[in-house]
Parts: sequence; structure tokens; C-alpha cells
Amino acid sequence: MQASILDLDYVLGHYNYWMFVILMMTGLYITVSRGNLIKKIVGLNIFQTSVFMLYISMGKIIGGTAPILVDNPDAVYSNPLPHVLILTAIVVGIATTALALALVVRIRETYGTVEEDDILAMEHEMEFGSGLPQGGDRG
Amino acid sequence: MSPGLVGIAIIDILLFTFLVVTAIAILRLRNLFGVVMLAGVFSLLSAALFVTLDAVDVAFTEAAVGAGISTVLMLGTIALTFREEKKPSHSALLPILVCAVAGAALIYGTRDMPAFGAPDTPVQTHVAPDYIARTPVETGVPNIVTAVLASYRGYDTLGETAVIFTAAIAVLLLLGASGKRRESKDSEGKE
Amino acid sequence: MEHHSILRVISKLLIPPIILYALYVQWHGDYGPGGGFQAGVVFAVAFILYSLVYGVDALTKIVPPRLLHAFAGIGVLIYAGTGIVTMLLGDAFLGYNALAHDPVHAQEWGIIIVEFGVGVTVASVMMTIFIAFASHNPPLKDQDW
Repeated sequence: MQASILDLDYVLGHYNYWMFVILMMTGLYITVSRGNLIKKIVGLNIFQTSVFMLYISMGKIIGGTAPILVDNPDAVYSNPLPHVLILTAIVVGIATTALALALVVRIRETYGTVEEDDILAMEHEMEFGSGLPQGGDRG
Repeated sequence: MSPGLVGIAIIDILLFTFLVVTAIAILRLRNLFGVVMLAGVFSLLSAALFVTLDAVDVAFTEAAVGAGISTVLMLGTIALTFREEKKPSHSALLPILVCAVAGAALIYGTRDMPAFGAPDTPVQTHVAPDYIARTPVETGVPNIVTAVLASYRGYDTLGETAVIFTAAIAVLLLLGASGKRRESKDSEGKE
Repeated sequence: MEHHSILRVISKLLIPPIILYALYVQWHGDYGPGGGFQAGVVFAVAFILYSLVYGVDALTKIVPPRLLHAFAGIGVLIYAGTGIVTMLLGDAFLGYNALAHDPVHAQEWGIIIVEFGVGVTVASVMMTIFIAFASHNPPLKDQDW
């Protein structure tokens, strides 16, 4: 397991974990570096999907089949437990995404923008009182 | 090295290339319509990846939920907000640094992970064989995922259903129950 | 959308198979990939497609939001109610073995019932959320797109 990085067996056995990390960090980067709230949500979705991929790939057995029972008694099944976990996580994911998007719609109605910088500037203005933000009376 | 591993590796590398390209395109693009469409593409590609990893139920859900419903909801949101993203005003240095450090730590962590697809890992040897052996005898349901979801872990799924229900209530609270809002549009400005 | 006749005809052709497929996924989830979550989403997609082509008002005429809100709750109640029934029959909460004389049949019955509850909730919640977004008064006009 502590073999050289250049060992093909080691690379083939681990490249997909590295790919998940790359995708996850892309999602994290979109979330933290972009000010647009919708894009942040897309970034979070990418982050979330790459975590799903990590879980699912840990349950995979080479030469196995999907965990639906077949007549062949020698069949090898991939681990069904990560599938159950992720199946429910996806549905919770859409529920939280829908809630986040609804919040974005309300933020746009209250502040007139969905850019984080503009919202923070308005909050600052409101706190230190130099006039009301535009569109602040909607909703 | 088994031929199965090489076969799956070729498909996976192809899909991962597409996934990474899509993720970077999402990062670079500022037209939100394009971003949302690419997010749908990303979900569909990950559904394809789930099929190669034997998770057919998950792939089905991801394709229906990630590529279908969430794309529609995001399009609905940009219809209510804006189609263009503003240029980021901050320097990208700190986020890149944070992501690079976190990514390096995670990749260092994968050195201890068992090889992909190995049948003798702790994940495969502890609880799963028990469920696979018990499902046909105790439930008679061929799809083990369904059996675990609805029977063995029924409490989880009950909570799950309640979460979905709660999300609907929360969205209705935030956006207003439909039908009502349109009728009261004229009096709404004074809220 | 009156002038998009291709969209209207194609969606009319597509919606019945989508609903049929959703029902297949719902009731065949024990044997193949599928189950309540997927079936609910696919079922909702048929109605969302209808609403995308014909407008939200046309959709709310077919499925009034009040009905959807009720069904979202009913689905959860079917699920939780199954648990209560199994408790009354002398087993644990959601212990399906008490539902029939043969435990294996009872498990199958229990799974089918709770999956149905999940499907009802997911379908009506997805439609509710879509209608909430789509019928929210938009600040952006159609021609600005």
C-alpha cells in the first residue's frame, strides 16, 4: 500500500480518489471564490456530488454486479449500503438546494442583488446609516 | 492487475475527464444560464459514473433529481433573479491557497485507502455480506437497496421523507403558497 | 406559448409514457432499480413538463396546490401510519413482520406500502416546490431573456 507513486497498480487503485479530491476542491473553490449566490449553490452541488462518488466507489467490487439479486449463486454484489446512504443523501440534497434557491429569490427581492459583495456593502450601509438600500422595501 | 480493473479504469478516466472539464467550465463561465446547464451535464455525467460503479439506483436518482429537477429549479431561480454573474472583485489567491492545502491534505489521506474495487476491504467484509445474505431469506425482495432502504433502515427513510416534507413547507413559507400571491399582487406592495 | 405547436404536440406524446414509467418504477422498485424516491421525481417531472409548455396556471388547474400540500402530508402519514399499525399488531415500529402471516410476505407488503408513501410525498413536494418557484411574480419579463 505504501508503494511508489509510479506503480501502475497503485495509480489505478487510487486515481479515482484523487479525481474526487480534484472535483471536490473545484466545488469548494467555486463556493468560496465566487460572489454570486446561485453559482455558490452550483459549487456546493459539485462538492456534494463528488462526496457521493467517493462513497459509491468505496462500495465497488471489481467483477461484482449491481446489488440486485440474480439466480446465479456465485454472483458477487457490490456493497449496497453506500448506495442506500447516497440515495437518500441525493434527495435531501435537492431539498436543501430548493430551500437555498428560495432564499436566493427572497434575497434578490429584499436587496435587489444576488452578489455577496453588494449585499455586504448594503448591510454595512444599513448598520452605519447612510440611507436605505434600494429595493429594501420589497417583500 | 485484473483486466476488469483496466476496463473500468478506461471508462472512468474518460468520464472523469469530462467531469473535470465541466467543473472548470462552470468555474470560468459567467453566464448563469450556461452554468446551470453545465451543472445539469455534470449531474448526468456523474450518473453515468455511478452506473459503472454498480450503483444503478443512485444513478437513476442522480439523473432524475440532479439533472432534472434541480436544473429546472435553478432555471426558475435565475428567471426570478439575474442571468449574468458580476466579475469577482477579490483576489483569488486566498481561496486557491485554501483549496490547494485542503486538497493536498485529502490526497495525502488517500495513501491509506484500500485499492479501488478490492473485495477484501473493511467496507466489504463487515456489515454488507450480512445484508446481502439476509435480504433474500427475510424479505424476498431482489433489489437489496430497496430492502435496506425501506425495511432494515426504515427509520432513516421515514426521517428522510419528513425532511422532504419540511423542505416543501419551508419553500412555501419563503416564496408564498402559490395562487394566493397572484391574486393579491396589487395589495402586496404595502407589506 | 400558443405558437409552439411542435413543443405542445411532442409534450402531449411524452407525458403519458412518463407517467406510466413513473408507475412502473414505483411498483417495480423491488425487482429492479427504482423505488419511491425516483418514481416520485419522474411522476412530478411529467407535470413539470406540462407546466413548462402550457404554463403554470394550466398546471394548477389540473392539480390545485392545496391538493398537493395535502398529499405531501398524506405520504408521510402513510409511512408513519404503517409503523403505528405494526406497533398495534404487536411488533416494533416499522417491524413489518406482523403485517401478514408469513414474515417474508409481510416484509414485501411493508416495503411496497412505505415506498408508496415516499413516492406520494416526493411527487407532491417536487410539484409544490416547482409551482412555488414558477408562480412567484417574476421581476424579469419574458422578452428580456
